[in-house]
Amino acid sequence: MGVNSYLAHAPGYVDNEGPKIVTGRFVHEDSHTLARSLATGGYDGLKRALEQSPTSIHDIVRDATLLGRGGAGFPAGVKWGFCPPGVWPRYLVVNGDESEPGTYKDRLLMQRDPHQLIEGSLIACYALGLSQCFLYVRGEMALAQERIAIALNEAYDAGLVGTNILGTDLSVDIVLHWGAGAYIVGEETALIESLEGNRGMPRLKPPFFPAAIGLYGKPTIVNNVETLANLPWIINNGAAAYKAFGSETSPGTRMFAVSGHVKRPGVYEVEHGTTTFRELLYGDNYCQGIRAGHELKMFIPGGGSAPWFFPEQLDLPLEARPVGAAGSMLGSGAIVVMDETTDAVKACLRVVRFFARESCGKCTPCREGTSWEETILQRIHDGLGRPGDIDMLLDIADNISPGPYPTAADEANGLDAVPFPPKQTTICPLGPSSVAPITSAIRRFRHEFEAKITARELIPVEATGP
Amino acid sequence: MTAPTDADVVPVTVNGVEVEANAGELLIDACERNGVYIPRFCHHPRMKPVGMCRMCLVEVDAGRGASLQPSCMLPCTPGMIVDTESDLTKKAQDGVLEFLLINHPLDCPVCDKGGECPLQDQTMAYGPGESRFVEEKRHYEKPIPISDTVYLDRERCILCDRCTRFASEVAGDPLIHFQDRGSQTQVNTFPDEPFASYFSGNTVQICPVGALTAKPYRFKARPWDLEEVDSTFPNPMGDRVNVQSSRDRVLRIQGVDSDATNWGWLTDRDRFSFEALSHDQRLVTPLVRGDSLGNATDDGDELVATSWAVAVERAASAITASLEAGGAESIGVIGGANLTTEAQYVWAKLAKGVIGTDNVDAQLGDGLPAQVVTALPRNTISDAMAPGSAVVLLVDDPKEQFGTLFLRLRHAAVEGDITIVELSPIASGLGSLVTVGAHARPGDVGAVARAIVDGRTDVEVGGVEPAELQAAAAALAARAVTVIVGRPSVAEQAGPIIDAIAAFTELESVSFLPLLRRGNISGALDMGLTPGMLPGRTTLAEGGEWYRAAWGTVPADSGLDTAGMLEAAVDGSLTTLVLLGADPLADFPDADLASRGLAACRTVIAVDIFASSSVANADVVLPAAGFAEGAGTHTNLEGRLSPLMQKVNPPGTARADWLIAAELAWALRADLGIESPESAWAEIERLAPSHAGATVEQVRAAHDGLVIPRPDDAGADRPAMVSFSAPVPTEIVPVDGYALRLVADRRLYDQGTIVQHCASMAHQSDLARISMHPLDAAALGVRDGDLVRVTSARASIELPARPDRCVPRGRAVIPLNRAGADVRALIDLATVVTDVRVATL
Repeated sequence: MGVNSYLAHAPGYVDNEGPKIVTGRFVHEDSHTLARSLATGGYDGLKRALEQSPTSIHDIVRDATLLGRGGAGFPAGVKWGFCPPGVWPRYLVVNGDESEPGTYKDRLLMQRDPHQLIEGSLIACYALGLSQCFLYVRGEMALAQERIAIALNEAYDAGLVGTNILGTDLSVDIVLHWGAGAYIVGEETALIESLEGNRGMPRLKPPFFPAAIGLYGKPTIVNNVETLANLPWIINNGAAAYKAFGSETSPGTRMFAVSGHVKRPGVYEVEHGTTTFRELLYGDNYCQGIRAGHELKMFIPGGGSAPWFFPEQLDLPLEARPVGAAGSMLGSGAIVVMDETTDAVKACLRVVRFFARESCGKCTPCREGTSWEETILQRIHDGLGRPGDIDMLLDIADNISPGPYPTAADEANGLDAVPFPPKQTTICPLGPSSVAPITSAIRRFRHEFEAKITARELIPVEATGP
Repeated sequence: MTAPTDADVVPVTVNGVEVEANAGELLIDACERNGVYIPRFCHHPRMKPVGMCRMCLVEVDAGRGASLQPSCMLPCTPGMIVDTESDLTKKAQDGVLEFLLINHPLDCPVCDKGGECPLQDQTMAYGPGESRFVEEKRHYEKPIPISDTVYLDRERCILCDRCTRFASEVAGDPLIHFQDRGSQTQVNTFPDEPFASYFSGNTVQICPVGALTAKPYRFKARPWDLEEVDSTFPNPMGDRVNVQSSRDRVLRIQGVDSDATNWGWLTDRDRFSFEALSHDQRLVTPLVRGDSLGNATDDGDELVATSWAVAVERAASAITASLEAGGAESIGVIGGANLTTEAQYVWAKLAKGVIGTDNVDAQLGDGLPAQVVTALPRNTISDAMAPGSAVVLLVDDPKEQFGTLFLRLRHAAVEGDITIVELSPIASGLGSLVTVGAHARPGDVGAVARAIVDGRTDVEVGGVEPAELQAAAAALAARAVTVIVGRPSVAEQAGPIIDAIAAFTELESVSFLPLLRRGNISGALDMGLTPGMLPGRTTLAEGGEWYRAAWGTVPADSGLDTAGMLEAAVDGSLTTLVLLGADPLADFPDADLASRGLAACRTVIAVDIFASSSVANADVVLPAAGFAEGAGTHTNLEGRLSPLMQKVNPPGTARADWLIAAELAWALRADLGIESPESAWAEIERLAPSHAGATVEQVRAAHDGLVIPRPDDAGADRPAMVSFSAPVPTEIVPVDGYALRLVADRRLYDQGTIVQHCASMAHQSDLARISMHPLDAAALGVRDGDLVRVTSARASIELPARPDRCVPRGRAVIPLNRAGADVRALIDLATVVTDVRVATL
């Protein structure tokens, strides 16, 4: 054990050098217990928060420019301010339905340090004057659910959750809800539908965002697990200390889950905004480069929904705005690295298949379009492609996401990147997400598609009879 | 329905033309109102927008740049710029239609929807023309039954959410839902839970493809072979319908959206009732008594076919003989509530103006006196359910008996700010949507209503606790109250109900909706098919002179009601009885009296469409035209007149009811002076005080019908209409601690003639059961399904029991007209209520 290594008790996490804001306790094998949490400053942030007024806590969070870690990167402090005045009750919903392909940071946070999440949720409830919080955890994350359930029981028993927390007037109930394993429920309005007991399908927004009309028709703040996990540290150390890390527009640290053809894949806590992709993928402190003897072909910078990046984009910083301007997104911080042995068509097919399977079935273009894309890609991959298939794929993609779709600049084709996000004919971005790998792969590796189509093997037909 | 929230007008530019939208109006509706149709599948004006199909995407610039927006979810905002024909819009429409069609089977040639299919139509108008999809389409077993009448073909389904939204949002029966996800998403029922909704047929009507089909119409016709006419379904709501026929056979009834009444919905019982019209047991020729060789002889034991001339002559001579022997009082007419309003007038004129008898009653002991019903100030359904009003329910369960009114009530309770107070003896299908359930003990409802109105809510009254009384009083306070009143149970006399009405008339702002059984009962009471009344809501005393001048003669004294006529028949003073579509043997609460009365009559003349048990015992049977086989006017519970149109010819030689009356009058050497329904209506409009100013042209022209009396004073010179006077209150029957008080109510599917002659519904009538509160059942040692003996002062019957939490303590509910046991045997019409004792066998 030591710095810069995997931890046996925290598979997937790489304990690297650098500031630790949310993963500080991961080195301890029993980091998920209340005893370890309290021994290492757990709930100090809550105690400190309770000494101040809710408004000042809100101010600190706003001042810290804590960006939402779910994918959109919207400042949490600003989002908190969107509740219409005078409408009660209000709810806090913690989005633990992490299911973006390539992402597994929230799972680690929930498994390794559930008390940090509970503390963060309580701080948010205190700042917003809420008394009811829902923890929505993805169905497949059995260990995370178990650990959170145990942690909640411990916290209730210790008087840290429930009525008159720590002897103050603050009373918050936290309800743990197990999801049923639908990707779309990670979308906040679908999550709210699911939490209400309905089928998880997104609601149309605008006109009403959850902050105005959310769970049970009441104002609801939906925050990502990692976002809330930042709160104890921020309250303990102040906004200025938080902003000392990272860049001016993206302060603090951020967890990145790197997978694929790198020497040391895993989840890293990285300074936000100042680190570049190259540092993360090649740095000795991080992934240590592409596996021996191979070179980078492409990488997905922000989970399966994000348009692909190529070696030219390696020097972009890990920050939402420049990544968006280059035609992709940081999303939920999942980087999938693929070397030159990767078949672009197959990689594209694999990602599209995920979205086709996970489409909730609400909007026609997504429900029908994503599975159509999958069947065409499968056909091309199987050597049964037709000459017009590539353009047809792009046109189908255009019917899901009309207009130019954001992709990384492809100098070879003389194209410029279009900033994120794309236009869509659907309610939520799931349908357009399936377009990301298609446009990325075809723009860059059209020749691979063409090769599969033109090299199709004809099925030999044996001539029989006279 | 998304009504505009206020009258503010919002300017919106649609395709370069500035139009006026109402603030809050959805863009798709505003465009359509201004002549720009935006294609859609999931949008339905009577349901909440869902934005699923994406067909209505149009390019909208609401100030932040143009983008594709679903117009079915976008409220109009000032200055919105909309382009429904831009390249981007067209591309999106092309794309969505291509997506919808890639997995849609091209089985249009064998699809019932082909020819009237929104998917076909919009593909022709907006679609790409050809498909680029070369893969195998999605496959499911096709079709699967999801209820007794509805089939689901999941391959054709385009997942628009209309049927599922209807089921959960409108009907409150969320029994169909989306299952699975992605392109495998499908509508289906839950395992072992069929889509057993009374309103399932509506989903077939609103399905934009051929995914949902109804058994009675499957493969019966092609839409382009159907002829159609807008008409009114003869139920007490006066639901507006479209009747469709092919080759002189009614093949389908669809709901028509009328703001005033049914909003386009129908119950399955009404929607599929046309099956009975073409049933091979319809009466198609007149029948008279004859011998087994088919010869018409007076003393024969059989009913034999004969000509109209012989049958009418036989009926006329029987009437003449009775007139000579016992005077006009020896003749009676029972029934007529299912006739058109015109035919009711003609029969009233025949009975009261030609024969001269006042023994006329359209109700069979299960209604309320016309002197009460026609005297009450009425409201319209829409006003009764306007936000801020209150509704009192003192009727049969609307879900079971008056389905479309139930849907209106349900909508108002869910969406609108109305309070509902239920005084009926048992809870209705509205369930928890009711504000206060003050379920009065049968016999005590007058006292309960009195306590609520007077605010004496400190002690228990009639089985209602003080808390409920107070809640009921609070729910009615400072609101415009509409009392929907009928006969919730025939085991309780009308007296207590009338006492309740009398109490409610003292409220500051109150009106009524009389909700009685049988299709055109409102018309029958208006037309004087009831003792003591004359057409136009006037009494013999008040209008006698006026009608004597017009008709020549009018009975001097008030006559007998149905019970009185049957008793008079038994004692021999009534010798000829005319049954106008009435079946006293099956429908009169005292079956024994009915059977003795009919047997004692010298001559029973039956006018009917089926050979019911009473008809089978008649001496002269005259086959009548049924629904859609004759034209006329319908009157609903509001007093709303709407046209009934003829679509097909009556079977055989069956004739319209008004014509039968005219023929009979002619055979009695009298001329009614009526040659057509229109001429009958002209006479009604000329004579009836309540119908002044309602001409046939006006009735036909108004989409939502015409409510009488008209607000102008066209009838000022006519006799005064009847006014309400409270009768002496009925005495309250003390509670027998060892007995349960009987409630005899009705269910949607029963042994009724129409239901039993519809192949798709006949089997849905369950067996009779006695329901009681689980604690009462436990006290009696009765478990679910146990056979019990139920004994009243009159008789005892045996039937299975069912504990039911919805039945208040101390009451027992047995539905009428169900196979297995006849609850009528227990009921004594002479007592206010019926108490029964229940014993296990």
